[in-house]
Amino acid sequence: MAEPQKQHLIDPEICIRCYTCEMTCTVGAITHDDNNVVVDADKCGFCMDCISVCPTGSIDEWRIVETPYSVEEQFAWEDLPEQAELQSGADDNDAVLEAHDAAMAALLAEAHKGGGKAIAPASAAKPSINLYTLAKPIVATVQGNYRLTAQDSDTDVRHIILDLGGQVFPVLEGQSVGILAPGAAADGNPHLPRLYSVSSPRDGERPNYSNLSLTVKREEQGICSNYICDLEKGDTVNLTGPFGATFLLPSDPKAKLLMICTGTGSAPFRGFTMRRQRENAGQKHAMTLVFGARKPEELPYFGPLNKIPDSFMKTLFAFSRKDDAPKQYVQDQLRCEKDHVAKLLQGPDAYIYICGLKAMEQGVDEAMADIARGAGFDWAEVREEMRKSGRYHVETY
Amino acid sequence: MSDNLDVSYDTLIPNNVGLSSDKRVLKALEKWHPGYISWWNDLLPDRFQKSLIYLRTAVSVDPKGWAKFDYVKMPDYRWGILLAPAVEDRKIPFGEHAGEPAWQEVPGEYRSMLRRLIVIQGDTEPASVEQQRFLGLTAPSLYDMRNLFQVNVEEGRHLWAMVYLLHKYFGKDGREEADDLLLRSSGSEDAPRMLGAFNEETPDWLSFFMFTYFTDRDGKMQLESLAQSGFDPMSRTCRFMLTEEAHHMFVGETGVGRTIQRTCEAMNEAGIDDPYDIEKIRALGVIDLPTIQKKLNLHYTLSLDLFGREVSTNAANAFNAGIKGRYMEGRIDDDHKLNDATYQVRSVVGDKIIMEDVPALTAINMRLRDDYVRDASGGVGRWNKIIAKLGVQFEMTMPHEGFHRQIGVFAAVSVDPEGNIISKEKWEAKVANWLPTKADGDFIQSLMVPCTDPESFAGWIAPPKVGINNQPGDFEYVKLHMA
Repeated sequence: MAEPQKQHLIDPEICIRCYTCEMTCTVGAITHDDNNVVVDADKCGFCMDCISVCPTGSIDEWRIVETPYSVEEQFAWEDLPEQAELQSGADDNDAVLEAHDAAMAALLAEAHKGGGKAIAPASAAKPSINLYTLAKPIVATVQGNYRLTAQDSDTDVRHIILDLGGQVFPVLEGQSVGILAPGAAADGNPHLPRLYSVSSPRDGERPNYSNLSLTVKREEQGICSNYICDLEKGDTVNLTGPFGATFLLPSDPKAKLLMICTGTGSAPFRGFTMRRQRENAGQKHAMTLVFGARKPEELPYFGPLNKIPDSFMKTLFAFSRKDDAPKQYVQDQLRCEKDHVAKLLQGPDAYIYICGLKAMEQGVDEAMADIARGAGFDWAEVREEMRKSGRYHVETY
Repeated sequence: MSDNLDVSYDTLIPNNVGLSSDKRVLKALEKWHPGYISWWNDLLPDRFQKSLIYLRTAVSVDPKGWAKFDYVKMPDYRWGILLAPAVEDRKIPFGEHAGEPAWQEVPGEYRSMLRRLIVIQGDTEPASVEQQRFLGLTAPSLYDMRNLFQVNVEEGRHLWAMVYLLHKYFGKDGREEADDLLLRSSGSEDAPRMLGAFNEETPDWLSFFMFTYFTDRDGKMQLESLAQSGFDPMSRTCRFMLTEEAHHMFVGETGVGRTIQRTCEAMNEAGIDDPYDIEKIRALGVIDLPTIQKKLNLHYTLSLDLFGREVSTNAANAFNAGIKGRYMEGRIDDDHKLNDATYQVRSVVGDKIIMEDVPALTAINMRLRDDYVRDASGGVGRWNKIIAKLGVQFEMTMPHEGFHRQIGVFAAVSVDPEGNIISKEKWEAKVANWLPTKADGDFIQSLMVPCTDPESFAGWIAPPKVGINNQPGDFEYVKLHMA
């Protein structure tokens, strides 16, 4: 069976046949007959030149296919076919759609496992997936590399800002990028790419400066994390992606977010928060962040977080190794705030996001179950309901 | 490519033509600039000038950079001079000079012909903004309001494009013509715009959609033929304008489509099967399909008149000179000189419409009009798919080319939409069935109520399927200035 591949398509119901894409395409991959304008899968190199010139948005359509639709098939279309189930089975199907790339899909599938079958929030913006691949990565330049944790702490978490130099790289809050450390492993094969969540919002670390940020922790034996944490200003990095089609921020301003994280699991939530600050700074009581770390000196973005007004985002810290204080984990903070959490869970606009170490999943789940029980409802039922409607998301490692 | 792709902002006028080192033209344009700004500021209601509009602005002319979206106040929009990248060693593609290197300067012998073509094209750009100046007040949604203003600022930029050519290549005459472009005004008694359709009113949003679908499409065809020009600066200017023009086609096609969709949906909701049950359908607050057909008839035929006479020596001369080509000249498989070729045009003999062969050179206008008819029929077919999908028994049709014409061979006769020549009396008796009446206009006008909540749309039009720049349905496309 053929390896599933990404195919670029045009939605014939939305296209107005202005042929601007066809005139823009430098490799002659776009053609038309009296009925439709179509993309020839054999010629399209995913350069994306046609995307921004299209006045309708009809050209930004992608399907994962085992056998690409031929030009003739596309000429006959009245409307765009739905994503077909792939032969390889339903689970794979969803996973592949998250990344359009088998290796990256496997990494994301593993990260999302704790949340059940992942479904994107209904009002989330449409993500772009896998525009840049290992064969054709996007080259970014390091604009800054800042240590977020105290100098004397043995945890080294870095805030890395990457300049994209005006290249098109549409990445949404919650999506990840792939980074490939240079060189080869002991067996002579190239290193496997690693996924990192972006920690900046969609319009960049600074709006319209064409950059993004990552939050990366140095792992003692981690080839890729050491590579990234050692990057210096002016160095270039190859990125792939964006990846991830479900762990996304709802656009609905009524959405109330409960974000639970540990360590660098805070990265997507920094993006979520900044997005909302830029979009709707006056919003009140719509976000709660529960953030766990060993101690304040090791908590990324501790300073900036403390400056966010409680009315915009309620922030609860849980420190497990703070001097002279009892051990606290994120689930303990949830329990402390049980009334707030119970009320939130019962509303139709609640969204839960869990991101960070896999180990916290169980504790959080138990705390939620207890809180629900106390308030007289069943957590498993609510969780399933939320998951089905794209409101329950887990990304852990 | 050594060419300037990026737009430089080192002068008052953003450009990719190296204005800062072309002092003469820079000075001339800087002198013209205040007049333009005051024309713009006087035109649109003050409230909209102060509002923040989600617009796209080109920051470079290559595909990666020409559509950057952000909130802008319209008077701060960076109207600039943008030419598509030069094609290396470009040759004149048609006419008696075919195969010679493209001209970088105006050939003396064709100077007045070129100037006239540029002035006519330039005259249409501000005209449409003038025609549409009050539509913002009755926008059916912020999305539509944003689309209107996007069209407006780009028409403004297209005026700049033509004014640049006049200033750069035509000296004192060019400067005078550029000044006159700001003096003429759509619908004015003393100094009207040059072409008929551009002096008609655009009184309501359905008219606006029909105008952008049918009349701007004439603009697209004209630009496409000018983009073939052997005069390279004209070709590059028009090529870039075409990329922007596609958005205007989009606004028209989807605007009419959404109007039709809403009408059919409302009929279904109310259980009305008969599309001709006009009174009942209008009572639902939507525009009945037969009235939309009448609007189509009107705007389509006004637009056909813009192509000029079927047989024209002016058009032949412009083609032969290598100044204005045919639609998609590069894709036509012939000698591109047309010395011996013939082309079929329609003609009126007695009370019959016949086809006759004429020298292809003299039928350039006719050919462009035929291409236009083909191009315009595509969208009408897609509107019919919307109607069919919603199960309503009705089909929009394009009337015969002889119907309701003021220019060319059909001007002298009355032709019904099916293409039969009829008497003046019969025309008078039936015209109210074919073209919108004052009562039709009044009814449409009565539906034009502004809708300024981000999520809501006026009752006569359906929301779009896809947002601009992939934005969600409740996106605030216009942050209205609150006085």
